[in-house]
Amino acid sequence: MLFETRRLILAGGAAVALALAAPLGAAPAEAQGKVFRWANDGDVNSMDPYARNETFLLAFLQNIYEPLVRRDKKSQLEAGLAVKWGQTSPTTWFFDLRPGVKFHDGSAFTADDVVFSLNRAGGKGSNMTTYFSTVKAIRKVSDTRVEVDTNVPDPLLASKWAQILIMSKAWCEKNNAQAVGDLTKNEENFATRNAMGSGPFKLKSREPDVKTVLEPNKEWWDKPEHNLTEVVFSRIANAATRVAALRSGEIDMVYTVPPQDTDTLAKDPNTKVIQGPETRVVYLGFDHGRNELLYSNVKGKNPFKDKRVREAIYRSIDVEAIKRTVMRGQSYPVALMVAPVIGGYMKDLDKRPAMLKPEEAKKLLADAGYPGGFEVTLDCPTDRYVNDEKICQAVVGMLARIGVKINLRAQTRLKYFAQILLPKADTSFWMLGWSPAATFDVHDVFINLIQTPNTETKKGQFNPGSYSNPKFDELADKVQIETDVKKRNAMIAEATKIYVSDYAYIPLHQQAVIWAARKNVDLVQTSDNSFQLRWVKMK
Amino acid sequence: MIAFLLRRLFQAAIVMLTVALISFVLFNYVGDPINAMVGQDTSLQDREKLRQELGLNDPVHERFARFVGNALQGKFGLSYRTAEPVGRMIMERLPATLELSFVAAMFTLLVGIPMGVYSGLYPRHWFSRVLQTVSLIGISLPTFLVGIIFILTFAVLPKTCQHGLVIAGVTLIDCDFVNWFALPAFGRGDVVNLGVWTTGFLTGAGLKALILPSITLGLFQLTLIMRLVRAEMLEVLRADYIKFARARGLKNRSINFGHALKNTLVPVITVTGLQVGQLIAFAIITETVFSWPGVGQLFVQSVYSADIPVMSAYLCLIALLFVAINLAVDLLYYAVDPRLRTAQAATRAA
Repeated sequence: MLFETRRLILAGGAAVALALAAPLGAAPAEAQGKVFRWANDGDVNSMDPYARNETFLLAFLQNIYEPLVRRDKKSQLEAGLAVKWGQTSPTTWFFDLRPGVKFHDGSAFTADDVVFSLNRAGGKGSNMTTYFSTVKAIRKVSDTRVEVDTNVPDPLLASKWAQILIMSKAWCEKNNAQAVGDLTKNEENFATRNAMGSGPFKLKSREPDVKTVLEPNKEWWDKPEHNLTEVVFSRIANAATRVAALRSGEIDMVYTVPPQDTDTLAKDPNTKVIQGPETRVVYLGFDHGRNELLYSNVKGKNPFKDKRVREAIYRSIDVEAIKRTVMRGQSYPVALMVAPVIGGYMKDLDKRPAMLKPEEAKKLLADAGYPGGFEVTLDCPTDRYVNDEKICQAVVGMLARIGVKINLRAQTRLKYFAQILLPKADTSFWMLGWSPAATFDVHDVFINLIQTPNTETKKGQFNPGSYSNPKFDELADKVQIETDVKKRNAMIAEATKIYVSDYAYIPLHQQAVIWAARKNVDLVQTSDNSFQLRWVKMK
Repeated sequence: MIAFLLRRLFQAAIVMLTVALISFVLFNYVGDPINAMVGQDTSLQDREKLRQELGLNDPVHERFARFVGNALQGKFGLSYRTAEPVGRMIMERLPATLELSFVAAMFTLLVGIPMGVYSGLYPRHWFSRVLQTVSLIGISLPTFLVGIIFILTFAVLPKTCQHGLVIAGVTLIDCDFVNWFALPAFGRGDVVNLGVWTTGFLTGAGLKALILPSITLGLFQLTLIMRLVRAEMLEVLRADYIKFARARGLKNRSINFGHALKNTLVPVITVTGLQVGQLIAFAIITETVFSWPGVGQLFVQSVYSADIPVMSAYLCLIALLFVAINLAVDLLYYAVDPRLRTAQAATRAA
């Protein structure tokens, strides 16, 4: 027994010596075919392109299915399944389809597939119906042309439909998947687990939440820029495990990188970090509507109705300090509610007013009738945006200096959104983030976040603070239907000035999109956080 | 006996219903599933419509009654997150959890019992003290930390090997050799699909993938078993029949293993049975750390998206498991312990 023990200890010692002798350094890059393995913290929730309106799902399925009009590396529109598109009248769009395209099963792509897909995406059970709010009729004109009538002029239709992926009519009908799966029924929809499109990759196998394998579509109509022979996507929920798997070379790319690990991965000689500003703007909002502020010590009135109070608060929040400390440099401060890549972004207006000294801010508050400041509750999610809760904590400290005492109420996103958003809007001061990824146009922000809430017209649906400025509403309505770019931009500029000078919201920053990959992987990062396999090259 | 069984089954049914009810009430506090299901710009009307269609606006008791009604017919509905049938989602992930728990239980017994026996036989030996100390780590370190340390040591470190073991310019162990020992950081490796069951036991990669998670999962129980065996051994070795056996001049080996260990194992078997349930139910953390595609990980993800159908089905499954194990243990006691039967006879007589 003793002898056994000694041998065991010797072996253990050898193992330790071995571990110590293995320095942290470059391992020779393994050339094992061109199999690309990557991971994310969550799985693609469905293989049905209309089941969820979420960036990750839509980006992933664009490898298998394709839209009529797709986005290039700079997020600009380019020809996809349609070679030409435009408006024949303010309320009619046309799409000329690409001839000779084949689906993965070898069948030909035609106008029937387009009409079928658009109806499916705009129909029952689909989560993409917001992209069809203006659509009156969709019709096939010929085998290669589809026309769409809209109720009102909709200059952004083609742009919106870059999110609508085209399915095969015959395939859906054969598999009884004409409509999107109905959650209230007890049966599964075929398209939830299977996929068959015309895109650069075919679905080879799928185990939900474990592994999804794609292989290149050799019959693809476009010239492939990638050099992959197989793609394996895994879900690794735990952040530390994901990073470890990248460092050990078990995977080649990580889509969601925990902010605290970016430094380590950037320093590791085998890995690199790819980062850039995201289209989403994170901001704080005020309650402009109620006559008495909720969760506050001010009774009978609402300090946020006074522009001087909003200005004092806006100009006391130091976004650069937040960037430096909380965000570790991984944020891009903004003064507007839209990011630079979005249509209608006004560069000249994207300047934050100078910070106020505490006494100056206090004077503004005193002028407004709050010489000793006041107390209010700030609502914050804990798991939605990068460092969301920490940003709010920083804001608490900054506002304490001007006598505004903030009580922080931070909660998990599912509870948070139910409370913050309309119709409840049970909050006085809150944090949200918004990306107009649906249209890549500023009007999306105008109509959803800044126009006066109205359930009939579906305007201002994400304006829980009920900010309302009739002049702005009027301009935003005009922007929606104006097709003359120059006139439209002038109106956008005017509208932008209104909400900026009203201190309607406090835009904070764009957070960074952070991906990480092994050194031998070349890929393209877009600002809408959409990862396309067709641009991946492995050395 | 039949009456006993019926009574137990009745009690089990009540336990199941209570668990289902409590979990249902708790679901009111996990947040709004609708927000996890729709895109940011889905209109408020559409959100409300979906909520209405899914019956989320109905009072809790109605939803509960509907759930129990459907569950009795074996229908658990579709997941809010993936629109897949919940029953199949769980059945697909169950083999992963069961295999992991099985291997962890084997590890616990095959390593824990010998460790316990050794430290029971030689309580003052320095190596027993080492075992005692090491086993303390098993209880005191949190599972996720152990898991991450394992991943860094056995998955990342070997892969970052540059020179291997070089002494005086001679390469004793090269990096290829070190890499050969590297274990996967996540997942089940390659699995073989046997129809209703997927197994990792039949491939090298599958077996390799089991090593780290099962040790992580079993570490806590290992300590428990080791300490239990040790305490029992110390107890038994003091018993008169052991002294008598020694006096008869029996060999040490036959006394230690033939008499002492055998008598030690009775409580060990009882505890092990109960621990198996724990291993399955509490594999959640280990599964999360190693991205092990089992039911625990499914549950965690369902909590994040307030996927009520999956959560309810999972909790009922776990409740069923514990009820079944307890029932089996009760029945075993009934069979083993004659006092239970006499007690019953006594009450009937009175």
